[in-house]
Amino acid sequence: MIQIQCQNLKLGYEKQIVASDISFQVSKGDYLCILGENGSGKSTLIKTLLGLKKPLGGSLRFGEDIRTNEIGYLPQQSQLQRDFPASVEEIVLSGCVNRLGLKPFYGKLEKEIARENMEQLGILNLAGKCYRELSGGQQQRVLLARALCATRKLLLLDEPVAGLDPKATAEMYELIAQLNREQGITIIMVSHDVLEAVPFASHILYMSHQDTFFGDRESYFKSPYGQMYASMLQVRREKQP
Amino acid sequence: MMETLAYYLQFDFVRYALIVGTLIGLCASLLGVSLVLKRFSFIGDGLSHVAFGAVAIAAVLRVESDMVVVIPVTVIAAVALLALGNKTAIRGDAAIAMISVAALAIGYLLLSRYSGSANISADVCSSLFGSTSILTLTGADVGFCVVISVVVILMFVLLFHKIFAVTFDESFAKGTGIQTEIYNGLIAVITALVIVVAMELAGSLLVSALIIFPALSAMRVFKSFRSVTVCAAVLSVVGTLSGILISIFVATPVGASIVAVDLGIFIVFAAVGKVKG
Repeated sequence: MIQIQCQNLKLGYEKQIVASDISFQVSKGDYLCILGENGSGKSTLIKTLLGLKKPLGGSLRFGEDIRTNEIGYLPQQSQLQRDFPASVEEIVLSGCVNRLGLKPFYGKLEKEIARENMEQLGILNLAGKCYRELSGGQQQRVLLARALCATRKLLLLDEPVAGLDPKATAEMYELIAQLNREQGITIIMVSHDVLEAVPFASHILYMSHQDTFFGDRESYFKSPYGQMYASMLQVRREKQP
Repeated sequence: MMETLAYYLQFDFVRYALIVGTLIGLCASLLGVSLVLKRFSFIGDGLSHVAFGAVAIAAVLRVESDMVVVIPVTVIAAVALLALGNKTAIRGDAAIAMISVAALAIGYLLLSRYSGSANISADVCSSLFGSTSILTLTGADVGFCVVISVVVILMFVLLFHKIFAVTFDESFAKGTGIQTEIYNGLIAVITALVIVVAMELAGSLLVSALIIFPALSAMRVFKSFRSVTVCAAVLSVVGTLSGILISIFVATPVGASIVAVDLGIFIVFAAVGKVKG
């Protein structure tokens, strides 16, 4: 089932076009990895998918089972305020905010959903803790739990491992892959860490200043971008004895 | 001390001042938490200068009630600054600085050229630093203030969780289908209303202190959004009431006394925060 369909999307700000001719589609259960050089329009694409920006041209369609309020978003760490006073529970619960509608307060159902997600990600013991005092890996789990409260269908992750240490990075990738594999949650992940991210992905969207590539992992490996990946992998292997 | 207080409380004007002070303190502090966290501390300052300019225009036009001019002008300025802030050619902080000094200058210009008042510098001084008007409130003034305060407090309580979501992470809220523009617009309108009402108390140069100090003090010590909000509200009411009482007992300017108390509270809380770690 197709959840997102993009055709000849053109992105940019006012008169400056950042990226054009982006076409790709995401089906239920896919794991799409968006790679690309700095400034190639990855963040603009995310803003467009979230509805924060309108595309300059082309079409962006969501499948029937995805409404715009069903995207669980995990922002880049740096975009959140580090001195914000908020407890883990408050943040995870805020993922349920789209369920409130006109209701002013969270009820039993929302609290139960928040509790389940915290339990699943192993942060239930942190519920009363202050977010800004957690480690980077714990903070990402909190934001992931929040995103899962918002949706069970589609997660949009922007550089989810940026700033994490190698152990936390590996755990984070494993956690995301598990959600994709075991619960069938569609994953769209932006990453600049090609070597770490590609092995988990089912599809790759590579954005560069010249053109874009979209295809499954097999065809990515055969493309010129895939060859680049192979040589990077080679270098990495030679460095690590 | 208690006898003197009891003596003063016999007077309507003292009771009015305390009621209005409590309500304004509550509103300003509730709003302050969001504004400080959204990095908009300066907005209160900018808007109060705009309101000063509007008061001047109202004086020149000799309209029946200042509010007819002041409220619309301030609300429009607030919406322009808060809601459209990110889309303009001039960046937010520069835009606020520009609008705020321009409004001050034009207000002063208009007042000194066209005002019919005999003592212009006293007029200007009282609108900048707060007049004793808080002690000369009529029943109607109190009614107006009560209505606005109740609306602000109700909105804040009913929208508490949505305001948290939008303040903490606007992109996420938007991605999950929250109409963030509506909440940003609402916060802008409430900010304008609170500033217009609170200017009576502290004057346009000092009013933003009522908004930012309680939130900043509470954030030194407390670590969840709910506890910070509750603490800010309590601190604000305590600070405002003590400021008003001090000004009555030792005849100091009302606005300045409140801000001085708020500063004292902030220093204590900053120290407590340091010790607690």
